Amino acid sequence: MSKFKEDIQDALSCIQSGQTILVGGFGLVGAPLTLIDGLIQKDVKDLTIVSNNLGESGKGLGALLNQNKIKKGIGSYFTSNRDVGDKYQKGEIELELLPQGTLSESIRAGGAGLGGYYTTTGVGTDLAIGKEEREIDGVKYIFEKSIFADVALIRAYKADRLGNLVYYKTARNFNPIMATAAKNVIVEVDEVVEPGELNPEEVITPQIFVNTIVEAKQILTKEGVVSK
Amino acid sequence: MSLIKDKNEMKHLIAKRVAKELKGSLTVNLGIGIPTLVPEYLESDDIQLHTENGLLGVTDVAEEDIDPNLVNAGKLPVGESIGASYFNSSDSFAMIRGGHVDVAILGALQVDQTGIIANWAVPGKNIMGVGGAMDLLVGAKKVIVTMSHTSKDGSSKILKKCTYPITSTRSVDMIITELAVFKVVDKQLQLVELMPGSTLKEVEEKTEANFTYVEE
Repeated sequence: MSKFKEDIQDALSCIQSGQTILVGGFGLVGAPLTLIDGLIQKDVKDLTIVSNNLGESGKGLGALLNQNKIKKGIGSYFTSNRDVGDKYQKGEIELELLPQGTLSESIRAGGAGLGGYYTTTGVGTDLAIGKEEREIDGVKYIFEKSIFADVALIRAYKADRLGNLVYYKTARNFNPIMATAAKNVIVEVDEVVEPGELNPEEVITPQIFVNTIVEAKQILTKEGVVSK
Repeated sequence: MSLIKDKNEMKHLIAKRVAKELKGSLTVNLGIGIPTLVPEYLESDDIQLHTENGLLGVTDVAEEDIDPNLVNAGKLPVGESIGASYFNSSDSFAMIRGGHVDVAILGALQVDQTGIIANWAVPGKNIMGVGGAMDLLVGAKKVIVTMSHTSKDGSSKILKKCTYPITSTRSVDMIITELAVFKVVDKQLQLVELMPGSTLKEVEEKTEANFTYVEE
C-alpha cells in the first residue's frame, strides 16, 4: 500500500489544536518546510512544538510562531530566533529548554517505549531544578522524562512508497529519531521511489515508523527557501 | 599593553594558540565562534572534527562547493572529509555524553576561579540557548575555553564566581584568552603563559579571579 499523498492538507488532516508535534531540523537545515507551510495554512492553535529551534525570524517554525499558534516550545536553542525571546518576555509563549543531547535522547527513549532515563547532563545547573537526582555508582544523575508526541513532521531525502527513508548529509539530524516517537509520522521527501529501489542495507528509517509521505515543495537552497 | 589591533585579529590569535594544544590523533568538537577558526591552524593531520548536528569528519569548503544541507553547529557551510560519516542527533550525543570525544573547544560568557563556566543564559535577556554545551562539559575528556579576557565595558570575564547560570559543575581544563593561557589544576587557576604582547601586570589588572603564576 502506498503511503504517498499528493495533497499537503490531506496529509496533515490528523493534526488538531492542542496537540504536541515533533518537528525535525537543525534551524532550517533538515526542517520539513513544506509541512510547516501546510501547518501555517491550517486552522489550528495551542500547539506544543518540540524542535531544536523555533526556526529563524519569520522563516520555518518562526512563521508559525508569528501566527501565535504555538502555546509551548520545547527545544535546546531558542537564541537563533529573537522573536521567541520577545514573545517569552511578554508571556505569550511557554518555553522548556533542554540540553540538545537530552532533547534527542528523550525523543529516542519515547520512540523506544521507555518512560525516561538518568543522565549526567545538566546536574547542578538551573536546568536540573525540579528533576529527581540519583546517585549511581558514585556518580550523580538527573531523571529526564521521555517525549512521545501526537504527530511528527520530518524531512528525508528519498522514500519508497512503503515509507523506507534515506537522508541527506546534515539534514538528517533529529529526523530519524522523531520518526520513531509519534502516533502519526508525516515525512516530506525530494523523491518518491518504488519499493526495491532503495538498498535495504542503506535504509535509515524502516517503513514501520512512517504513516504518510508527501513531496517537498519548499526547498532550502543557497539563496534561501524557494518554492519548487 | 597587548598589541592586538582589532577583534578579528584577537580571535585568530586565540584560535592559533588553541591549535597548539591539539597534537596527535584526536576527535575534537568545535563550538560556535572562535573555535570554528581553529582548523586553519591545525598542524596534526590526524584530527577528526565532530559537529553535534551529525557529522564526524568536518572540513572547510570552497565557495563553489557550498551545500545548504551541509553545515556545522553554527549553521555555517562546511565540507566532508574522506572517511567522514553522518548520523542522527541521538548518536551524535552518544558520542559526546558517552566519552568518545577527546577535546571540546567552547566559548564562554564567564569563567570562575575554579574553572566553572557560564555560557548559555543571561538573566533578563533573550539568550536562551544551551545547545550541546552541557553535554560536552559532562562528556568530553578535555575542555578548552576560548574567549575575550574582558567584556565590552572592560570588566573581567574571569571571575571569583559566575553571576550568570552555570553550564556544569565540571571545571574546564584550560582557558585561552588574548592575554593569557590558564590551566585549571585541582579547581584552581594557574596562569601558565602570557600571550604575545601581554604582561603579568595587565593580566592581574584584568582578572578578578585569584590565580597563581606558574611559568612552564
